[in-house]
Amino acid sequence: MQKPLSVLVIDENGPRAAIIEAGLRAAGHDSVTVVNDMNGIARRISDIDPDVIVIDLESPNRDMLESIFQVTRVVKRPVAMFVDSSDQASIEAAVDAGVSAYIVDGLRQERVKPILDLAVSRFNAFSRMARELEEVRNELAERKVIERAKAILMKTRSIGEDEAYRLMRSTAMNQNRKIVDIAESIVTAASLFETGKK
Amino acid sequence: MASKDLMPVRAGFLPLTDAAILIAAREKGFAALEGIDLILHREASWANIRDRLSVGHFQVAHLLAPMPIAAKLGLTPMPLDLIAPMALGLGGNAVTIAKAHMPKIRELLPVGELGAGPAGKALAGLVAARKAAGEPPMTLAVVHPHSGHNYDLRYWLSASGVDPTRDVDIVIVPPPLMADALEAGRIDGFCVGEPWSSVAMARGAGEIITTKSSIWRSSPEKVLGVTGDFHRREPAAVHALLRSLVRAAKWCGDRENFEELSMILGGAPYLDQPPHLVLQALAGRFAYPDGTEVRAPAFFMPYERAATFPWLSHALWFYSQMARWGDAPWSVENARAAQSTFRPDIYRAALSGIAAALPSANAKVEGALDVQLPVGSSQEALVLGPDGFFDGKVFDPDLVEAYVHDQMGGKGV
Repeated sequence: MQKPLSVLVIDENGPRAAIIEAGLRAAGHDSVTVVNDMNGIARRISDIDPDVIVIDLESPNRDMLESIFQVTRVVKRPVAMFVDSSDQASIEAAVDAGVSAYIVDGLRQERVKPILDLAVSRFNAFSRMARELEEVRNELAERKVIERAKAILMKTRSIGEDEAYRLMRSTAMNQNRKIVDIAESIVTAASLFETGKK
Repeated sequence: MASKDLMPVRAGFLPLTDAAILIAAREKGFAALEGIDLILHREASWANIRDRLSVGHFQVAHLLAPMPIAAKLGLTPMPLDLIAPMALGLGGNAVTIAKAHMPKIRELLPVGELGAGPAGKALAGLVAARKAAGEPPMTLAVVHPHSGHNYDLRYWLSASGVDPTRDVDIVIVPPPLMADALEAGRIDGFCVGEPWSSVAMARGAGEIITTKSSIWRSSPEKVLGVTGDFHRREPAAVHALLRSLVRAAKWCGDRENFEELSMILGGAPYLDQPPHLVLQALAGRFAYPDGTEVRAPAFFMPYERAATFPWLSHALWFYSQMARWGDAPWSVENARAAQSTFRPDIYRAALSGIAAALPSANAKVEGALDVQLPVGSSQEALVLGPDGFFDGKVFDPDLVEAYVHDQMGGKGV
């Protein structure tokens, strides 16, 4: 049996790093180390002595990392994942996802490719999640604005909740705008009148 | 959106004042006037820019001048075909030393003195004192091994009597993290492009002791990197882009526009820094903790002195330093390869017919001009120099081998 590969994940985004680590462990890679902090990284790398290093492309520390590989030779000559790889599609997929990998020179490509593929899919899943979370947040914020606008209308025009909502909806339709935009205008206008009163 | 009739060209850049020409070309409409929709992507590392050029995400980029040379010589982790048909200005870097060391430095270097000679002497004194006291060597940071910062710093240290390979540790730190690293005591000083020295000074983390413009006057820094593939497929678009960038450079070089330019560059999508700091960086005006304001003459030049011309002698000087410090082996073939990445022929072809200064030669002896000198030029009048190294040495592009031989103390070549 081959010696299991030792994988180092460098990602300052803690939750994303945890997701990658979990994925690698689930795929049978027991020797996974996650580093979130770049302080003393040269020393850490030499202690861990990884076969594969996975790093996010948003990290401004890639230049430092590459120079550590070149100058101090703390690890066994790691090279960028891209070297020797004729698989242009998987390189592009990695760059698109925002992840890059360095591997120890001489390691066979087919042993490492599943690791990079996994990192790519986890990075993509993470971005998707972050996007969805953002959407949910926006939706919640929109609902709050509409609620506040409704309350303002009810108070200033002494009408019921349903009527207030209908009024906003019909105004939105007439002006060809979204209901949340109308609600925002009402809240802004009300806050201006509030300030004026003081 | 007018952009539907324009040709999209994607460019990567790092948040530095010397990305000004690319940013102004987009924001002030110079690119659009030439039919180009210049789409700018801020990146976190030079490695990212290199990789995204390689996979075709970018056609062009703001690059450290030695990077296309390193790619040509096979020093990048993957093969990459890059050319530099234009430079993106002269100067723009500064050397900053941590606050903790400044009392010692100030014994020899008064505030207001930014000369590379006196500053080098002061630093050499500190390095020697630490050595005598058995203290660890100072750690100095640059942004990339293949950078003007690294080679300028090493040149300056050497000529000041400090061996950059033994007397100090030179490490890599990304520009936006320099001030943090200095403040946290992880590094003792750095050489970086603006506004990152000004940011460190404003935070009280350290002080600028000299500038690139004093180590080597009118010296090259960033270039426009273009993928060979893009140039082969779309030569007309490359020409159009160069014309727009030279017009943008002229706009950036006009002092009347500095305030507007600093507002644009300081914006969130670009440097994301206070405009007044960017304005100081553009003008080469530095504010010291004691309240003194010091001006570095000709600190950053985006246009004057043929600042956008890709001199072959600049490419050769960078290669000479790569050989000197062991980044690339010396050979006549390598020198020829290094020189071939800079493309004044493309620059000339693109700019013939528009009012821009075109020098009559493609290479010059670096350090030959002590004063400003009007030189042979077609179209607009051109004044070059002064262009001297602070130690008075001269770099003759016809005598590179002898230069490297001499610098290596007669060994290696």
